[in-house]
Amino acid sequence: MLNKIWCGMMLVGITVAFATGRTQELTAAMNEGAQAAVTLSLSMLGMMCAWTGIMRMAEQAGFVDKLAKLFSPVIRKLFPDFAGETTVQNKMAMNFSANLLGLGNAATPLGIAAMKEMARLHPGDTPCRGTMLFVVINTASLQLIPTYAATLRGNYGSANPYDILPAVWIVSLISLIVCVAAAKLMEKKNG
Amino acid sequence: MAEIGNWVIPLLVFVAVFAAVVHKVPVFDAFVSGAKDGAQSTLQLLPTLVGLIMAVYMLRASGAFDILAHLIRPVTDLLQIPPDLVPLIFLRPVSGSGASAYVAVLLEQHGPDSLVGRMASVLASSTETTFYAAAVYLGSAGYKKSGWVLPAALLGDLAAAAAAIVVVNWLF
Repeated sequence: MLNKIWCGMMLVGITVAFATGRTQELTAAMNEGAQAAVTLSLSMLGMMCAWTGIMRMAEQAGFVDKLAKLFSPVIRKLFPDFAGETTVQNKMAMNFSANLLGLGNAATPLGIAAMKEMARLHPGDTPCRGTMLFVVINTASLQLIPTYAATLRGNYGSANPYDILPAVWIVSLISLIVCVAAAKLMEKKNG
Repeated sequence: MAEIGNWVIPLLVFVAVFAAVVHKVPVFDAFVSGAKDGAQSTLQLLPTLVGLIMAVYMLRASGAFDILAHLIRPVTDLLQIPPDLVPLIFLRPVSGSGASAYVAVLLEQHGPDSLVGRMASVLASSTETTFYAAAVYLGSAGYKKSGWVLPAALLGDLAAAAAAIVVVNWLF
């Protein structure tokens, strides 16, 4: 996917630059952009390390398991297909909690394990409605602390990089509710 | 409301350290091993960001963004969307690193505390890379059909875009 997007960006950019006579600016921008990416990555490095370090500590202190326990009543309500299937429910709960803590590297394997377990229970080409809902929830953001965006904002001199937290929570929640509601409505429509 | 971050972050760090000590986790070792992962993934992203930020800079310098903004002006004026946000709305579900690169360029251009800067940061943080997540999860279990996963997920992304604009306007 990125192959096509990048290709399009480059070709459009260069063609438009010829059409608007801005080839000199384009060449300068190429240089500046490449440099900006390096400056950005290096200046973000410290804070990104700090966050992954803090979250690893939280992970090892058992945060994921504790949060997972909080999620289990919600999971029982949302996924009647997997009532009584504790393995699936646990893996889903762990996946949600790892996502909440921003532990992407831990969340994906847990989610994949949950998917494989669900596929074993409901084999076929098309996922069952509970499986679809699980994937839909994973396409929404559950992350509690937007570490990347906050670090980026700090990097560009924001007075308070974390002041977007409440806005991020509200917007994430709205988006999550909308996609879960959409999935549930489509479940009903399709029987 | 904006002050929440000022106590949530220290509180979270305190609870993480405290809980780690209680659970007899080697606290600093855990921190360092996590930080190593952070260093690795940030540096691994560097070549991708070079390619993407370079491409966004080139598009901007060529005047392509101005042309696009002009073309979509009737729609963006009607919906009261900042034109600069439109590419992000389409890029976010498709490419995580592409969206990060574009947000970085917007923050540099408008400032992180501008309305557009805040909307971009909030939008990028409130959604996931929908197509990637759906492909990884469905593919891992060998499902060939996706049912209503994509329509439902994209509806959520659209809601996030609208909500990011409304909520940032309301809070800031």
